[in-house]
Amino acid sequence: MGTDLFSLFNDPAYWESLSKILPQSVNETIYMVIVSTFLAYVLGVPMGVFLVITSADHILPNPWVERTLGTVINIFRSIPFIILLVALIPFTKELVGTSIGTTAAIVPLVVSAAPFVARLVESSLKEVSHGVIEAALSMGASPWQIISKVLLPEAKSPLILGMAITTINIIAYTAMAGAVGGGGLGDLAIQYGYNRFRTDIMIITVFILVIFVQGIQWVGTTLARKLSHR
Amino acid sequence: MIYINNLTKVYKTPGGSLTALKDINLHIPKGAVYGIIGLSGAGKSTLIRCLNMLERPSSGQIILDGQKMTELSGKMLRKARQNIGMIFQHFNLLDSRTVAGNIAFPLEIAGWPKEQIIERVKELLPLVGLEDKADIYPAQLSGGQKQRIGIARALATKPSVLLCDEATSALDPQTTVSILNLLKEINEKLNLTIVIITHEMKVIKEICTDVAVIDQSQIVERGPVESVFIHPQSDIAKEFVSSIFPNELPNELLRELSLHPGSQIVRIHFLGTAASEPLITDLIRHCGVSVNILYGSIDHLRSTLFGTLTLELQGSPESLHTAGSFLQSKNLTVEVINNGN
Repeated sequence: MGTDLFSLFNDPAYWESLSKILPQSVNETIYMVIVSTFLAYVLGVPMGVFLVITSADHILPNPWVERTLGTVINIFRSIPFIILLVALIPFTKELVGTSIGTTAAIVPLVVSAAPFVARLVESSLKEVSHGVIEAALSMGASPWQIISKVLLPEAKSPLILGMAITTINIIAYTAMAGAVGGGGLGDLAIQYGYNRFRTDIMIITVFILVIFVQGIQWVGTTLARKLSHR
Repeated sequence: MIYINNLTKVYKTPGGSLTALKDINLHIPKGAVYGIIGLSGAGKSTLIRCLNMLERPSSGQIILDGQKMTELSGKMLRKARQNIGMIFQHFNLLDSRTVAGNIAFPLEIAGWPKEQIIERVKELLPLVGLEDKADIYPAQLSGGQKQRIGIARALATKPSVLLCDEATSALDPQTTVSILNLLKEINEKLNLTIVIITHEMKVIKEICTDVAVIDQSQIVERGPVESVFIHPQSDIAKEFVSSIFPNELPNELLRELSLHPGSQIVRIHFLGTAASEPLITDLIRHCGVSVNILYGSIDHLRSTLFGTLTLELQGSPESLHTAGSFLQSKNLTVEVINNGN
């Protein structure tokens, strides 16, 4: 088998045939990951910010908001992704018109990632020292100025590290979404690699995913280090 | 400038209520450097944080620059806070901003136009001696330099009051002196009112014009620095004064001196120019007493010379009396510690 694969990978005709399916799957994965990560942050950042500022001794303490939001986030984080994927089908259909394909897969991806992002943002913002917030308050900063000029900029490094973690998680989840017709590299691995016993395709998709994950983690770590001035 | 009227702060805790400040009354005049000294837990930090409403008083009133701080909230309070600078023990700088960025921060909050911010930052950097550090991040600087950024930042919006919350407590002694000198310079140059919270008498000695001593949530003593240093009334104030001007004589010495019949031990405090007169020579020549110097020190309070001299005077009762009136006539503060017999 090993030597078979070796000669296979050395055959230009093999890559020729692969180029008909592989680039499309890669593009689908990239599309799903970028759009889902973006939307998960659009929803998750405000939730994380609210969790922090409404906590006790912060700038807008409000136990009711903090507890309600926290509970909702916990509920969504408890549902296994594979169940969410199925449970959300009617909602997805309503929202994007179909429950199959890459765009449809983005809906459960976002619903599952946003609460996770909220918790990551929360823990990053909690690292900002109380003293710095107090200094800003003493200068007459409004809650919005504290969020935009103190909390978010001061937590830049942990936020970026968190974004790398989120993106990598979403890559893993897109593979699962592929199982229910979401497209992408996961879909390719299941359809060819698993259902049709094409070990070669399985290996190639896994290899590409490894490169993605390594690359994102490297970018995240490097950026976080560069932006940290502690 | 600042009036604190019947200020009380009570914290509600699960275990009951905790009184941090009890009926505080204080007037801080314009241009003063007002020190508030107390041991940790005395309530001094709560007091300074009440001045800009970082801490809401439970009752009482604070009037700052004609504005009733205790009645403000929301936008009005934020506007009023721009008139009050504050520096902190741990500096509380933004790590993600450069020195210039940190100084610009309060101006951005106050909504200054960009060009004016740049200009103002350029004025402030040399004032605190950081003109060559504009583009450096705080993490690369020493504690003293960080506090200088803190001071420049606090002065950026041209406030009328500067609050210092244990501003030198995290610094080494030499840096402390340089920061205190900077604060004194700013006070003189800008006629800025400064309120300083500290547990170090050295801070009071170096720059304060007035001092209030706070103990167990209450102000136990207050007044111009000289008078508190010369005549501390409360035990806690006496303790603070002796922490930097130790003037207790050892018991062994007192026991030995009590064997000298007809001698008198006096402590003399002198301020300003009186320090430069040949006092002892005069005592010996004109009063006919012999003088034994037991202890002496000379230092300064802000920029006034302040000295203490403990003497044993020996002689006939008449000459001791003459010596006493001679000292009084010199406008010195004289304290008779031990009247011999």
